[in-house]
Amino acid sequence: MEETVTTSTDPSEGSGDIRYIDTEIRLKLYRTMYECRVLEQRAYDLFMQNLVKGTSHLALGQEAIAAGFGVAMRQDDYTFCTYRGHTHTYVRGVSMESILGELMGRECGLLRGKGGSMHLTSVEHGAMGSYAIIGAHLPVAAGAAWSAQYRGTGQVTVCFFGDGTTNIGAFHEALNFAVIWKLPVVFVCENNLYMEYTAIKDVTAVENPAADRAEAYGLEPILIDGNDVDVVYEAAGVALDKARKGGGPSLIEAKTYRHGGHSRADPGKYRPDEELQGWLARDPIPTYRERLISLGIEDESLEAIESETDAAIDAATEVARNSPPPPVDIAHIDVWADGSASWRN
Amino acid sequence: MAQLTYREAVGEGIAQEMRRDSNVVFLGEDVAAAGGVFKTTVGLLEEFGPDRIRDTPISEQAIIGAAMGASMTGLRPIAEIMFSDFFAVCWDLVANQIAKTRYMTDGQCSFPLVLRSANGGGSRFGAQHSQSIENWAMAVPGLKVVAPSNAADVKGLLAASIRDPDPVMFFEQKSLYAIKGEVPEGEHVEPLGVANIVRSGTDVTIGALAAMVPRALKAAEALQNEHGVSAEVVDVRCLVPLDTQTILESVARTGRFVTVEENPRLCGWGAELASIVAEELFWDLDGPIVRVTTPHIPLPSADELEDALMPSPERIVESVKHLVD
Ligand SMILES: Cc1ncc(C[n+]2csc(CCOP(=O)(O)OP(=O)(O)O)c2C)c(N)n1
Ligand SMILES: [Mg+2]
Repeated sequence: MEETVTTSTDPSEGSGDIRYIDTEIRLKLYRTMYECRVLEQRAYDLFMQNLVKGTSHLALGQEAIAAGFGVAMRQDDYTFCTYRGHTHTYVRGVSMESILGELMGRECGLLRGKGGSMHLTSVEHGAMGSYAIIGAHLPVAAGAAWSAQYRGTGQVTVCFFGDGTTNIGAFHEALNFAVIWKLPVVFVCENNLYMEYTAIKDVTAVENPAADRAEAYGLEPILIDGNDVDVVYEAAGVALDKARKGGGPSLIEAKTYRHGGHSRADPGKYRPDEELQGWLARDPIPTYRERLISLGIEDESLEAIESETDAAIDAATEVARNSPPPPVDIAHIDVWADGSASWRN
Repeated sequence: MAQLTYREAVGEGIAQEMRRDSNVVFLGEDVAAAGGVFKTTVGLLEEFGPDRIRDTPISEQAIIGAAMGASMTGLRPIAEIMFSDFFAVCWDLVANQIAKTRYMTDGQCSFPLVLRSANGGGSRFGAQHSQSIENWAMAVPGLKVVAPSNAADVKGLLAASIRDPDPVMFFEQKSLYAIKGEVPEGEHVEPLGVANIVRSGTDVTIGALAAMVPRALKAAEALQNEHGVSAEVVDVRCLVPLDTQTILESVARTGRFVTVEENPRLCGWGAELASIVAEELFWDLDGPIVRVTTPHIPLPSADELEDALMPSPERIVESVKHLVD
């Protein structure tokens, strides 16, 4: 029997017991979360300096989910994520400078400015794309899982999406499809309580938008504390293992909260102050730091991680800032596999 | 040569490619055990087994999405959408995802997949099961668009579409499924992006697609026999990539150009061809470019009503006569 990871859904209670996880892994989890945090903060700063144009959706406050999965995944596993996907892409091993460069529309950008903030993709890292139309990538993730199943590679696909995505048809089509074909895919709903500006509870027939739908697809409801990286890491491990062994898909709902607004333009004023303060007090990064200290990890080793990361983000920012804009001729290529954009002779 | 129906040629084309490449897989509604609602894929399940020939739920987004995800990770899926009208319920996956992701990712991924569908009217199915949607697909950068008019081309163009490294929308005209034609035996692959002059003539060039090709040919016979007008008929075959050279070369000889399109009037493929011919061959033209299309009206179902709207050989003859007179 697989272990089911469930925790209290009341965020103020936290996850309670502390499981045994290797110190090395815990340091990796902390480092990854911290890196995600500074990356997102830097993206925000660059936005405020008008160096990042268009839009950008930050995962500040939600880092434990990307980090927990990123550390638990096998290198050749696939991830699919949303426009709020800087951290999900980063945790697969993509460099900070190529992410910042892409946000800034520079030549060093991951997609050389052809995708932008909402479409980060790095196939060589198994980061199979960031999708900006709600729900679209769930069936696509099922397809990648089908391919891994058919080819017998043991790769698992992890698909991240928001609470709002549980109300679009593609969510339901993909879940049913993945279950009937027993596909090696893990669907991860990051329930940050809001769509853009509307609370998910105001527009959803059930209390837990993903977990309460699981049984309709023959899946076990899994509701976890998405702000506790240990819990996420363990839940990820269980689901990945199940999928890898041919046990089929899982649907995990991870409760979390974004510290800022939905996107650049949004100050997030629709959220009650009390609610925001409650979640800020449960910021996944300082709370995890405290846990590590209480487990006997030296403050110095955490400080070392922090100062290394702070230096790395500064260096990455410099590289991205100094990178030229992409050559204009690349706008005209790569519509087709032969590299061209031609549609007539 | 073998005598095959257009319908049988679909299964032949798929089977030919599945035998040579184990990465080719096929999915759709009622396609495996039942052999497809139009019986185009009968026998594939028996030959290739349930891992490669898969029935799906009625989930068009899941079908297309699964094809996309599989194609970007090493497979060459063929997905069937039962009626092309149903692309309206999964168009996000087609137009936003499959078509654009290669470009948006700076060429990191390719999507070698085929989306097959029964397209077009003439079968009395009414307005939601009869549309010619090839111009929807043509309007989206990143999609190749193929619409064969005969059994040999079904097999050859389908094989080429499956081998193609890019996404191909493959439109089978459902009123042609029962029509027999000569199909080369053994391996048959017909390159994409090559129009076919199916009848030579000197007075006018008629460009037609799919079910409009046999109608244009019938009109050309009548024009010759009853009016002494020699019409050249070009089967356009592929809208993307578009073989403009064959058409320009033909119109340069005949001096007149008529398109016959099954789609409703506005923004049909013929409008694009008309603009190309007008721009590049204006001084060689002996008259205006004429488009014969279904009017900008949904297709009704009764025999007489549907026939009144779709371009008929008689209407083609009228239009050409008017142009030549
Ligand atoms: C089909 C579609 N409808 C609407 C939008 C506009 N939109 C972008 S993000 C968003 C909210 C999504 O909420 P959720 O799934 O909870 O993800 P979160 O942004 O909270 O991470 C909406 C409505 C869209 N991109 N696609
Ligand atoms: Mg949300």
